[in-house]
Amino acid sequence: MKLTDFTKLLVLGLVLTVAVSGCRKKPGQITPLPGSRAGNVPDSGNAPPLTDNSGIKTDTTGGFPLPNPEDHSKYTKDAEIFKADTVHFDFDSSVVKAGEKSKVGAVADYLKANSMDAVEIDGHCDERGTEEYNRSLGERRALALREQLISLGIEPNKIDTVSFGKDRPADPGHDESAWKQNRRGEFILETPPVR
Amino acid sequence: MKKLSYLTRTFNTGKQRLGAPASRRRVCTLSDLGTRRRDAGAPRITLAVLFCVALLGVSAFSQENTISIDKERGPGRERPILVSMTGFTGEAAQVLQFDLYVQGFAFTNAEAAQYLISGSNNGNLQGRATDRINNQRTLVAKAYSGASVRRQAHAFVDDFVQALSRKPIAQTKIAFKGQNGSNGEIFISDFDGFNAQQVTKDNSIVAAPSMVPGHLAMYYTSYKLNHADIFYQNLSTGARRIFARYGGSNMSPAVSPDGGKVAMILSKDGWTDLYVCNADGTDLLRLTKSPQDESSPCWSPDSQWICYASKDKERRSLSKIHVSGGQPQRIPTNLVGNPTEPDWSPDGKWIAFTSQSRDFAICVVPAVGGDATVLAAGEDPSWAPNSRTLVFARRHGGQYVLSLLDAPTKQVKDVSRTSGSSSQSQPSWAR
Repeated sequence: MKLTDFTKLLVLGLVLTVAVSGCRKKPGQITPLPGSRAGNVPDSGNAPPLTDNSGIKTDTTGGFPLPNPEDHSKYTKDAEIFKADTVHFDFDSSVVKAGEKSKVGAVADYLKANSMDAVEIDGHCDERGTEEYNRSLGERRALALREQLISLGIEPNKIDTVSFGKDRPADPGHDESAWKQNRRGEFILETPPVR
Repeated sequence: MKKLSYLTRTFNTGKQRLGAPASRRRVCTLSDLGTRRRDAGAPRITLAVLFCVALLGVSAFSQENTISIDKERGPGRERPILVSMTGFTGEAAQVLQFDLYVQGFAFTNAEAAQYLISGSNNGNLQGRATDRINNQRTLVAKAYSGASVRRQAHAFVDDFVQALSRKPIAQTKIAFKGQNGSNGEIFISDFDGFNAQQVTKDNSIVAAPSMVPGHLAMYYTSYKLNHADIFYQNLSTGARRIFARYGGSNMSPAVSPDGGKVAMILSKDGWTDLYVCNADGTDLLRLTKSPQDESSPCWSPDSQWICYASKDKERRSLSKIHVSGGQPQRIPTNLVGNPTEPDWSPDGKWIAFTSQSRDFAICVVPAVGGDATVLAAGEDPSWAPNSRTLVFARRHGGQYVLSLLDAPTKQVKDVSRTSGSSSQSQPSWAR
């Protein structure tokens, strides 16, 4: 509740700042603005005081909400059909490389042609990271691929993600050739049960 | 530390060149400075300079008369406390040696020791501890019965460290992830690895157990339902329930020291962000909103702040955020790179974490941030209730083993591997 008010205040503050300053500079700190509109901002009362941003960027646009895990739990999973479309990533990166984007396109084309189907994206990492850091990184990789699919017109509620961190290496080796194979995002086709 | 060695160096060169005590040399240097300033026409400075001179004189004097670096306290800076031990045999002696070593004690003969530990373990364990330096004062003199000889030895060590005004840890538990092949299970054991018990039977990926302080209960991640979900399990009854099964991955649960809140990493809204909710799962609040990764939350002892690993301009760092929201604040970890897996000491003073350069290292930094100290090779530290011993995972071949580390003295010892799993990692100390 507190956060909701606080977030509203933040968003409104940002909007006003950008409107007044004309996008000249990113606002480093929310400052009260002169004029009658500023007076309409509700006082959030107990919200914690605004402190220095310390250079940490936050973005208020958010992201595309994930579907409920139960939505596709009865679907049949096929890990083979998109095997050739497994996307590989650079070390410690969740950026989908230009050379890999055609694979995402192929998956998007299939999903458009089979509009009842859904997809699960599994994010994986190499072993050169701590366990929970890798679990977050693997999820971020899956989400980056999900955003690509969404930009290609696939509905967000058809795309689920699971991070496996470094728990499911494709290659059990401990060298760069293995790590390269392990930094990946896999597409798992989900087909609804036949009625 | 840097500053101290600098002062010492100055002192040495001064002595050689001027043949005068350090304090006098300092006074000369500063008086010259004072004279120059006075000439410039600022009489008030004289007083200030005199004050500084006095201060520096005192500090230089104390430098001369104490071995300041060795006596400085804090992680990685303390010498072990010397004890001698006589009369114990077999398992009892092993337990006592292990327990004392991982709490910063080292063994020597009776002439060199500060504390004398003696006793016997024919039948029940009897133990006595005296302070040799302070008039042979008796700290503990007790006989123990019941349970096992291991437990009796642990109890004696607890009594001994309590007599030294420290928190006892020898009868506490740790939880961890035990892995066989690609699947794992959650285990709980004594802090030294003995008496391991399997908590889950999921035959799937499990991760990140977090013990509820003061209760036999924990939160952890399991992929049992083909998804990364967070479960809550009561270890007394064995009952468990799904705690978080939102869309995407549900990761890294961390329960607050007061037991009232759980911080975790969720991707339900499309980004991997830090969330917090009540211990019953209600009132979910999104604390960060960043397209970068957040991971491994932990709590300040007052349950008001959550520290976590984040990224800022593609650089990994530690941050903290208030439990009710607000702007994240950076916690600088100078001298080391890529910090992850923070854990806040129960006394509030330190944050232990893993730094990653070529290899992984256990480090500590003051909780407000500052210069980090590297303590040992390893990952994923978790503090004991005494705020000095850490349990962490050490890579050994392709596997992990759990080790204990006494932060002030850097003394390290592996725990026993009784779980039957081939790799043990992600330890969480039951505090």
